[in-house]
Amino acid sequence: MILVRKVLPLALLALAVTAPFLLPAFRVELTMLWIMIVLALSWDILGGQMGYNSFGNIVFFGIGVYTATIVQIGLFHDVGEYTAAAGMQTLSFTPTQYFIGLFVGLAAAPLVAAAAAFVLGRALLGLRGHYFAIATLGLGIAAGELAAGWAYIGGSSGVQVPVYPGSLESGRLLLYFLSAGLGVATFAALRRLYATRFGLVLNAIRDDEDKAEALGLRTTRYKTIAWCIAATFLGLAGGIMGHIIGFIDPREVAFAGASYGVWMVLMAILGGKGTLWGPVIGATLFYAMRNLLWTYLFGWQNVAMGLLVVAVVVFFPIGILGWLKRRHPQIFLRGAPATREAP
Amino acid sequence: MSALLEVRDVSKRFGGIVANRGISLSVEEGSIVGLIGPNGSGKTTLFNSIVGTHPIDEGSIHFGGQEISNRRVPEIARLGLVRTYQQTRIFRQMSCLENMLVSVPEGDAPLRRMMAAPADDDHARADELLAFVGLASKRDLPAGSLSFGQQKLLEFAMALMNEPRMLLLDEPTAGINPTLINGLIDRLKRARDRLGITLFVIEHNMRVVMNLAEHIYCLAHGELLADGPPQEVQNDPRVLAAYLGGH
Repeated sequence: MILVRKVLPLALLALAVTAPFLLPAFRVELTMLWIMIVLALSWDILGGQMGYNSFGNIVFFGIGVYTATIVQIGLFHDVGEYTAAAGMQTLSFTPTQYFIGLFVGLAAAPLVAAAAAFVLGRALLGLRGHYFAIATLGLGIAAGELAAGWAYIGGSSGVQVPVYPGSLESGRLLLYFLSAGLGVATFAALRRLYATRFGLVLNAIRDDEDKAEALGLRTTRYKTIAWCIAATFLGLAGGIMGHIIGFIDPREVAFAGASYGVWMVLMAILGGKGTLWGPVIGATLFYAMRNLLWTYLFGWQNVAMGLLVVAVVVFFPIGILGWLKRRHPQIFLRGAPATREAP
Repeated sequence: MSALLEVRDVSKRFGGIVANRGISLSVEEGSIVGLIGPNGSGKTTLFNSIVGTHPIDEGSIHFGGQEISNRRVPEIARLGLVRTYQQTRIFRQMSCLENMLVSVPEGDAPLRRMMAAPADDDHARADELLAFVGLASKRDLPAGSLSFGQQKLLEFAMALMNEPRMLLLDEPTAGINPTLINGLIDRLKRARDRLGITLFVIEHNMRVVMNLAEHIYCLAHGELLADGPPQEVQNDPRVLAAYLGGH
């Protein structure tokens, strides 16, 4: 048990730090993997812990993608002029300007995303169960169309993200450590969150929301805050994602409901929703599988992916950790009272 | 008015069906009051009206001097009026201890308390109440794995954890093993005596309600049929007729 609780996380952390140097050829894929982990973890806040299946979380990711880049450009240049030139104008930043813009952009992204979650939460979190799921279904598509129609942010032709001023190598390392840092921070923050009263209330809402209300809990407040927290991490992940891809397409990168939007749900379910490690394990397995499919089944990769989605949901809805929990419940027993932790 | 709960002329219709018609009753602070009546006589509907599950069509409901008939369930619960369900409702995937901890009164729920781990005091109180209902050994088990009777006891403990002024219990002994029932009656009385919680109890088991309640209201066909001390109500010919199906 000590091995699992203490040594394993440290070993994984060491692996995370050394991985980009050990496997330089996979640096971009590893960076993407951390983003996937953040997507799965933040989906699970509502989807797993609170029992609200959201299909609209991609909206906060997309808002993060746009906010980080538009803020970075807008600090030193005229955004409208740049997007109107549709890629014919090259922006020049001094390294200092670039980094100021990068970090101000990455600070703004989660704030705007969380604000959007607050507004949407007010409107939608009064709905329950399937009705909430259906209501969120259209959000990603609507947001993608809105972004594609808004000329100031590049419309359907998208935006070129400012280019990193240093070497390609150092730029990629920076993005790797930004993503890895976000991944670890998300995990640590959620681990803490799930041990609080807030975490208990999320589980109570999942198990029986009427009963939670009958005990006097302000469920709508908890639900809205939960969505804002998810949006914060999604906004940050989106902000970094723009830089990883280097180009923002409204439907394929920012509000990519059919890929990232579906994947985040699938990854959390595959690993075991409602658990802390589940989304991490699910994201890792899924992303490895996804890359294998893209390499060995190219041309059929979307078909294979679709079958995978169906297979997981039909045959394995409890996920890897859910299955483990059923087989070996004693591993998941929560120990001493003061150290309640999510498995 | 010294009554803690004051129900005046409450009516509730579902379409053409009148579930409650002009019901008036009151529950004194610190008392144990029973609500009896044949199946379908409107007892649970009245409970639902009181705790705010649905709006009432006519009448008024006062709790602790405040009008509550226009308030929502969580608001009423925060005033200290808490109910348990006939079909037991607990948080199935959470452990018994977690069920207890999440039942700590909400208060104003400031962000800093929301984001803190449950206090040691709450842990101690949770353990104490679990022991009080005899579930100390089940503390870390998922609540959904308990038997129905044990779930009822857990729900009762959760309600006590919520520190209510008044508890509305919907058939607390239904489905409970007869040997456990005496223990439960004893615990209900102790909850009133020690914690000062007023109890308003729907109960079908006549032996239980006669033992427990100091005053009984009897409903039939959505109307108040009789009320009085247990012995009197038990021998009231109208009550006997209602239960035996006479008219």
